[in-house]
Amino acid sequence: MNKLIQSKQTPKVVNIGSSIFLKDLSAQHVEHVNVQYQPPGQGNEELVSWLLRCSEKEEVIHNANQEALTRVLAAQAKLIAVMPAIQVIPGMTDRTFLHAGPPIPYEKMAGPMKGAILGAIVFEGLAKNLSEAEAVIKQGLITFAPAHEHHAVGPMAGIISPSMPVHVVENPIHKNTAYCSINEGLGKVLRYGANGPEVINKLKWIRDTFAPVLNEALKITGPIDIKQLIAQALQMGDETHNRNKAATALFLKEIVRAIFLTKVEMDKKVMVFDFIKNNDHYFLNLSMPAAKVALDTAQGIPHSTFVTIMARNGVDFGIKTASSNQWFTAPANYVKGLYFTGYSEQDAAPDIGDSAITETYGIGGFAMGAAPAIVQFVGGTVADAIRYSKTMHFITVGQHQLMQIPNLDFSPSALGIDIQKVISTNILPIINTGIAHKEPGVGQVGAGLVEPPMACFTQALAAFVKGL
Amino acid sequence: MNMYLRILVNEYYDSVTLMSLTASLKKQYSGDEIFLLMGTPMNVQLIKDIGFKDDRLGKISPNDCLIGIKTNQDKPEMIESLVKALKSGTQQTQATTNQMMSYPSTQAAAKAIHADVAMISVPGAYAALEAHQALNAGLNVMLFSDNVSVEDEIVLKKKAIEKNLLLMGPDCGTAIINGVGLAFANQIRQGPIGIVAASGTGLQEVTVLIDRFGGGISQAIGTGGRDLSEKVGGLMMLQGIDILNDDPDTKVITLISKPPASSVYEKILQKLKTVSKPVVIGFIDGKKPENSPYHHASTLAEAAYLSLKAMKLNPPIFEPLTDQQILDASAVKKENQFIRGLYCGGTLCSEAISIARKNLKGLYSNVSKKPEEHLDDVFHSKGHCFVDLGDDIFTNGRPHPMIEPTIRLERILQEAKDPQVGVLLLDFELGYGSHEDPTGTHLEALQSFKKQRPDVPIIAYVCGTEGDSQRLKNQEQKLKAIGVRLASSHAQAIRYAVAMIQGGYHRE
Repeated sequence: MNKLIQSKQTPKVVNIGSSIFLKDLSAQHVEHVNVQYQPPGQGNEELVSWLLRCSEKEEVIHNANQEALTRVLAAQAKLIAVMPAIQVIPGMTDRTFLHAGPPIPYEKMAGPMKGAILGAIVFEGLAKNLSEAEAVIKQGLITFAPAHEHHAVGPMAGIISPSMPVHVVENPIHKNTAYCSINEGLGKVLRYGANGPEVINKLKWIRDTFAPVLNEALKITGPIDIKQLIAQALQMGDETHNRNKAATALFLKEIVRAIFLTKVEMDKKVMVFDFIKNNDHYFLNLSMPAAKVALDTAQGIPHSTFVTIMARNGVDFGIKTASSNQWFTAPANYVKGLYFTGYSEQDAAPDIGDSAITETYGIGGFAMGAAPAIVQFVGGTVADAIRYSKTMHFITVGQHQLMQIPNLDFSPSALGIDIQKVISTNILPIINTGIAHKEPGVGQVGAGLVEPPMACFTQALAAFVKGL
Repeated sequence: MNMYLRILVNEYYDSVTLMSLTASLKKQYSGDEIFLLMGTPMNVQLIKDIGFKDDRLGKISPNDCLIGIKTNQDKPEMIESLVKALKSGTQQTQATTNQMMSYPSTQAAAKAIHADVAMISVPGAYAALEAHQALNAGLNVMLFSDNVSVEDEIVLKKKAIEKNLLLMGPDCGTAIINGVGLAFANQIRQGPIGIVAASGTGLQEVTVLIDRFGGGISQAIGTGGRDLSEKVGGLMMLQGIDILNDDPDTKVITLISKPPASSVYEKILQKLKTVSKPVVIGFIDGKKPENSPYHHASTLAEAAYLSLKAMKLNPPIFEPLTDQQILDASAVKKENQFIRGLYCGGTLCSEAISIARKNLKGLYSNVSKKPEEHLDDVFHSKGHCFVDLGDDIFTNGRPHPMIEPTIRLERILQEAKDPQVGVLLLDFELGYGSHEDPTGTHLEALQSFKKQRPDVPIIAYVCGTEGDSQRLKNQEQKLKAIGVRLASSHAQAIRYAVAMIQGGYHRE
């Protein structure tokens, strides 16, 4: 029996299309909403036919996406160690250099990524200087691979070289692990392509002093729950992509006692403490692997349209979905935002870095409503930030119960980008990100907002429908 | 000739809005040609064919709005005032919708108000997708859109049945669910008669007559015109019968359609064996079987009559002419003159042919299936002619005459010039969805017609109730005041017209 007719209740109506019927619904006191209709897929007939195919298989896709959502929500993220990449990252060799975003040959890499790689080769002692480093690459001695293909992530250039220490974040529920480099702070840093001696020296200090101390401290604290820290930071004005002030402070609160309990010299303890304290972005390299370790659990679910990766290499933007291990790439957009004094749009490199894993996980730009302070940094208004957080629910499979946005009456953030919904609503995910200088070595020149190219999603849908 | 073009990138307006606006702007810009179109490949070709030139026309998406004007005046700023008119014309509806959160998808909108019905009127190419998404969100669907493939219709209806939901349509214009009129429906008293109908104006006519004589409606479920075809197999009519049979408020079940495919008729008869309630079968233009346990009607009025009678409401028979009408008709006899029926309601037009055919020869219509009745040139009448002006060929790019009367006004003035016109026959639909003053908009054209052809009687039927916002009596009064002859059912109107031509009333 039809529930509506059985109920005898006045129908509640969704109107899709012409608005001429609305006044008659009002006249009959019928509760109704009007869909702001736009032809899906920007009216492209092929996309519409693909969406139709998906709609016909809705149940199986829905179940697959719910499975992905359930896993990602259930996943935990515990920081258990800080170790050299080569010792912990699967498939890493002493010649493997991981980079951000989808695969890309060295010749085609963006300026900042090239700069970072050259610096990392010198840092590893594989070359004495940058021009020697270039020669090493030309000899084919270096293997490049996306960090994402090794369960790792890195912000901006995202370079992880064999001896670099990485945060090891474990998910005890599904027994998987994710890795991320240590955030070097602002200014001249490798992730923005800077590669001078001071950059290399800092990396060496991180490797030789900072990482061992932090690893010792973690043995004292035991696993630190990064997922909980993200949730708390959202209550304190962070979105843990572009603003990590509160989260970094919370992390420091967790670790500080243990740092001072380690058996190293006091000046080293103080330097380790200061390094975290003085870097408001320290926590970014923890929120990223926390997101990664959760999203990795959804990889390999057939019939799912749930996006598990969004990442950029400074040339291309790439995504993956739960049901496909294939990258779907298109040229990366330029970030729209505010520039530091002395820089302008002419200086910017295209969108770069693995940090969009935070948005994929429902935080970052998706939780911007929680971080009103960020709008000054990226340009825009608080109302915009709130609108972004609300709008993202239209393109996601579900929501993140733990990640609540106080400004939105503690409503959960949107989680699980669904390629079908992106295409049918013409709404793209919003990403909240830094802007790198296009030339290697200059560093960050601004911050702002960016969207993935729609072509990533249309390609993903095409492949998905073929496999249906 | 100057041609000005503006392209509004990524600004979608629905076609009814654009067409209504074009119609209302025409008066203001008489002498100029105005184009408000969405950038579908067909429209882009149209704009190019007209002679508009713009490099950007090569990469227009259906989400872009094209505004063009072809004018003798040398005023490029005219295009700006058109853009303004479009924006202010659409602002009103936006203002009401902006009070609420706006939703980009059915799923999100449905969730927000716990909706149970989706009314879909998007272009046909996107309609099946929207209908699927609405069903997936657990909504009953009223699919107003046409140009949905029969394959999609079947898949959608099967899915709806599996989910215990209604899929009314495609091309479904009328339904009344739990007392609420959807799209083109009249304000009808609630009561014990449940209807499943494969026709919009047919459903309107039956419900209006039931209301007029004291009856009421439990539910009126539309199926879309193709439901009883061989291919679709009556999926929604069968589902509707089940729903009404299970509904304790429904005491009589009335089915309205053109005659179904014979295999579908069989299925319906099988289904009716499971029904314990009285059943009225109103398959217009169909044959009445003998020894049937059901009440068979061959006109809409008869279907209403039998439904009321099954409820023991003893209605008057509202088909035969009144004494006054008979007298009136006897006074004139038309030699070599013909009935010209200009219709807004498709089913009413079909019914007119079905009734007139029994009495007259030389019938033509754009909606008749009989080859000998085929009207070659739909833009020019011949013989006894019944034209459905809501047919695609007339409404392509223009609003349906029930919403905006221009198409019919032009045709009335055209008929006035034809010496063979003997009787002018018109239908008017009131109720939700229809124009707020359908008869009022016709007065000027009808007076002009009368002035040119004082000898030609005009007969009209107004399909509506006192409860409709246009008010039946008000609407009838406007016509009466200028000498239009009125009928109390559509069947009566057509019989009246036939009598006028024949110079008297002949019982069948």
